[in-house]
Amino acid sequence: MTSSLGPWFDYTVNGLVVGNIYALLAVGLALIYGVSHLINFAHGSVYMAGAYIGWLCITYLGTPLPVTLAAVVVGCGIIGLLIERVALRPLQSAPRIAPLLATIGVGLVLDQVAQLLFTPDPRGLPLQLPAWRIQIGGGTIGALDLLIAGIGLFSALLLYVFLRFTKLGWAVRATALDRDAAQQCGVDVNRVNSTVFAIAAALGGVSGFLVGMYYNSIDPNMGFQAGLKGIIAQMIGGMGNVPGAIAGSLLLGLTESYGIAVFGTSYRNLFAFVVMLLVLVLKPNGIFSRGRALPAEPLTGTFIAPSAPVRVPPMLVAALAIIALALPLVVRNGYVLQTLGIGWLYAVLAISLTLVAGTAGMISLGQAGLLAIGAYASGLLAINLHWPIAATVVAAGFITAILGTLIIFPAFRLRGHYVTIATLGVGEIVTLTILNWDSLTRGPVGLSGIPPLSAFGRPLISGTWIYEIALGALIILALTQWRLLSSHLGRTLRAIRDDDVAARSYGIALDRYKGLAFAVAGFTAGIAGALMAHIFSYVNHETFTSQASLLALTMVILGGLGNVAGAILGAVALVSLPELFRAAADYRMLIYGIVLLLLIRFRPQGLLGTV
Amino acid sequence: MNNPILKLDRINSFYGPIQVHFDLSIEVARGQIVCLLGGNASGKSTTMKVILGLLKPRSGEVILDGALITGLPTPQIIRRGVGSVPEARRLFGAMTVRENVLMGAYTRSDKAEIAHDYDRMLALFPRLAERSNQAAGTLSGGEQQMVAMARALMGRPRVLCMDEPTMGLSPLFVDRVLELIQAVNKTGVTVFMVEQNASLALRIADYGYVLQSGRIALSGPARDLLHDPRIRDAYLGGQAA
Amino acid sequence: MAPILQLDGLTRRFGGVTAVDALSLIVNEGELVSIIGPNGAGKTTVFNLVTGLDAPDAGTVTFAGRDVTGLPPEQIAALGFARTFQHGRVFGNLSVLDNVLVGAHTRLSAVRPQWPVIGPVGELALALVRPGSVKAEEAALRAEAMDILALFGERLTPRVNNPAFSLSYANRRRLEIARALALEPRVLFLDEPTAGMNPTETAEMLEIIRGLKGQFTILLIEHKLDLVMQLSDRVIVMEDGAKIAEGLPQAVAADPAVIAAYLGSREVGTIHEDAS
Repeated sequence: MTSSLGPWFDYTVNGLVVGNIYALLAVGLALIYGVSHLINFAHGSVYMAGAYIGWLCITYLGTPLPVTLAAVVVGCGIIGLLIERVALRPLQSAPRIAPLLATIGVGLVLDQVAQLLFTPDPRGLPLQLPAWRIQIGGGTIGALDLLIAGIGLFSALLLYVFLRFTKLGWAVRATALDRDAAQQCGVDVNRVNSTVFAIAAALGGVSGFLVGMYYNSIDPNMGFQAGLKGIIAQMIGGMGNVPGAIAGSLLLGLTESYGIAVFGTSYRNLFAFVVMLLVLVLKPNGIFSRGRALPAEPLTGTFIAPSAPVRVPPMLVAALAIIALALPLVVRNGYVLQTLGIGWLYAVLAISLTLVAGTAGMISLGQAGLLAIGAYASGLLAINLHWPIAATVVAAGFITAILGTLIIFPAFRLRGHYVTIATLGVGEIVTLTILNWDSLTRGPVGLSGIPPLSAFGRPLISGTWIYEIALGALIILALTQWRLLSSHLGRTLRAIRDDDVAARSYGIALDRYKGLAFAVAGFTAGIAGALMAHIFSYVNHETFTSQASLLALTMVILGGLGNVAGAILGAVALVSLPELFRAAADYRMLIYGIVLLLLIRFRPQGLLGTV
Repeated sequence: MNNPILKLDRINSFYGPIQVHFDLSIEVARGQIVCLLGGNASGKSTTMKVILGLLKPRSGEVILDGALITGLPTPQIIRRGVGSVPEARRLFGAMTVRENVLMGAYTRSDKAEIAHDYDRMLALFPRLAERSNQAAGTLSGGEQQMVAMARALMGRPRVLCMDEPTMGLSPLFVDRVLELIQAVNKTGVTVFMVEQNASLALRIADYGYVLQSGRIALSGPARDLLHDPRIRDAYLGGQAA
Repeated sequence: MAPILQLDGLTRRFGGVTAVDALSLIVNEGELVSIIGPNGAGKTTVFNLVTGLDAPDAGTVTFAGRDVTGLPPEQIAALGFARTFQHGRVFGNLSVLDNVLVGAHTRLSAVRPQWPVIGPVGELALALVRPGSVKAEEAALRAEAMDILALFGERLTPRVNNPAFSLSYANRRRLEIARALALEPRVLFLDEPTAGMNPTETAEMLEIIRGLKGQFTILLIEHKLDLVMQLSDRVIVMEDGAKIAEGLPQAVAADPAVIAAYLGSREVGTIHEDAS
């Protein structure tokens, strides 16, 4: 009897411990959201910073555990203060989605800095605790489990005392409840924001440090998934709800733990995202809420910085296209041409994103998922059914259009940053599904032996062919998108973006047109992904990551949201040019993050202006 | 008037492209109850926002006891002795009555005096004593109005700004609130209130201004205003030729 | 005149507050009916309930004999209701012309097949291919949009390709009305069309609305009583969600209950002997 309970006891303990760790993250996020209505995407990076600060202390200073913890708290607190002061306070009067993107940029920069300083390889974070374990009912609890639980409880207690009994704590609560009224009591809201960010960062950093010890492994990318889990846990409990965040975290931890027990480790993250989508769709105010009404959310269109777009004369565009097509006459290096060809395919990704994010106003962070669907669709059709490549690529476009739209459809009712989170989740779900659906996708092994591009039986593998095919696809798809935008659909989508209430009042069915936008974007991105698959000849679940989605978003914002020419320009600037000059490959992502931050702060309408 | 405690001098304020005030000038005499009346879209509530620093005017000055406060951040204006009872109360609903009232003393650090003032509030608003540990959001509208007044008074303001204090209250509470305003005024606190209900406001005010489309249409001692037929035009009149 | 719009016992509650309290009213075809009342009386809520942005808790809305209670705004628009909004809601990044063209969305037939599942696909195909019928319809709509803009004299026509966010406030309100007219409404709902306008702009708007009278059935929410007097066939006064007066403009303006609703008491503004 006890032996069959044993593992389940362990799973429960594990679930609660993991939940405890998520709680340290989620509580900080709830505090931040409560006070500033902001979803902090940089939180995962602070978590990672905590792990590294701890590692530095242990490795180089040999400090005992309590001192290390103190160093983590202080160090991360300072990072939190800096993030608020530098990246967010200047954006206070900017539209709501600007700070969200700023936190994404900050997170990216922090992750990249860590990667450059510490290399991407995982390091160990050795346990500094005695190795005993207690036997309870057939399962065991270790010293680290108790420490984590202890810290969790202690932090909760400290926070409670702070919020309940200190003046600043009251100011935090008051600001979260009614910012204007708090100001009219004399509360300095900026100080409250700083305090909250510092506290949240400290908690997050401690969480990262504990995780590092728990799994004896830290790496610069550990923050991304953790940050998302924290956001999800907070959403489950109700945005801005601190006790809810704790409950949501424990629930999430337990769900993951039991889920792994039943399905296997690789499903771990899938649970979190599926739960997230369910919550977003069924109970967007959190599982403890009573109503189904969505919380008030500014229209996505308010991010579009109003601007008069730079008019690019069609003759100039035609001339540039001809020059681009003729480039292989001058550049002979096959490798360079292939790389530029991939750059053109990223431009295709960019124009697909600018359609949904720019024209239709749905800032998507899951565009890479569309690439993956297209890649796998075309690859599998070619490998399993031996269709000619031209057919598989086009079919992949349609498959991605249909599948992509179906998956994202439940999120259409969302607005503002909820859309962004939902698309992020969908992108992750696509990746995880590919990883786990072994029978179809070969799972972690990946899809190898994808036939190269070919026409009429002749393989087209030279750099020149790749370059011209990619460019040709871009030209055709860009022209199609231009034509779409100049039709009644262009103004209909932009009307939805600018004011969906007014749009509905004039007969525009939102789902119909959002679906249309995603379908076209899916077709476009699917083709890009398919072509990439045949060029790379091998893809797996890690080929198209959320970093690619982030890169696409940076390209699109750089060029100007909704601006097709701008998207292409953004792709050239951020992908093709650096490739040409082999510039600072290691620093590439860091530069993207900084570019994103600078754009949001100083030129949100991008180089060519929003359309 | 010499040495008004609060003065608005030729204020021109805008909400985006819409001009709300046109060279608005108001003087509030020390120790009086002064009301600002007007119908819909007259610009009344925006006047309060300008005084409290929530909206910066494009031109013109706000002067508190001789010192310029235009454009200062709201918390600083509060610290200089302005108390605010916002429109629709704006209590911290999930915090208790006690916490709400004490939040009013946020800018003060004299603990003993704060405790003393809190006791005085409970004496002034006896209903609140019974409910001091209740969540403020669960109180009735009239009780909430009292909490809001107590909260504002805890800051020991020289001028108490009240935005539509009788809106949404039952007749019983309306009378009580008006009595309280007069009681507070007797302790030396100047009261500046924005009101839509001219009848109620002029009952207790010393002086009144009537705002119409961002301009002062009428002003004078409250008693005179109450019987001035032009007040009807100012409230109901349009501007179409 | 036949009743074109009928509200029966329309009720809407928000938490403990009754925003609209069993409101009943009839609007005849071609009439201009004004709804007036102090702040918080529930006027815009009524508009929202009738045009589908909100659903009533009780009561019905009947349009030309058909029950349209609770239909979503997209369908209400297709039936011929067009509205403007209290704070003005134009599509900021769209040009003036595009704003008006979007108003005509429900009338696009050549390019919006109503086929069940593949309708959107058809719409996409037609938008990309643009056969003759689609081009003709678009051209006709553009011509019509320019005609509508011409109603506003030189205010909007010179700015036809400018983005709406660059327009002055008054021009934005005018654009809203132009957009509403593009829908070819059977009932036009105007929510405070002169809010924030100075006397000159208000006078211009008065003339424009006067010009629309008779061509459309109009429901107007307004605060400027002079305007209401000059335009309305009938006036309805609301207070705290309920109708407290209804009738010809002059009668309503002199009604003591109406004066009390606005000023707080019917005695305000009357000269009476000093009792003391």
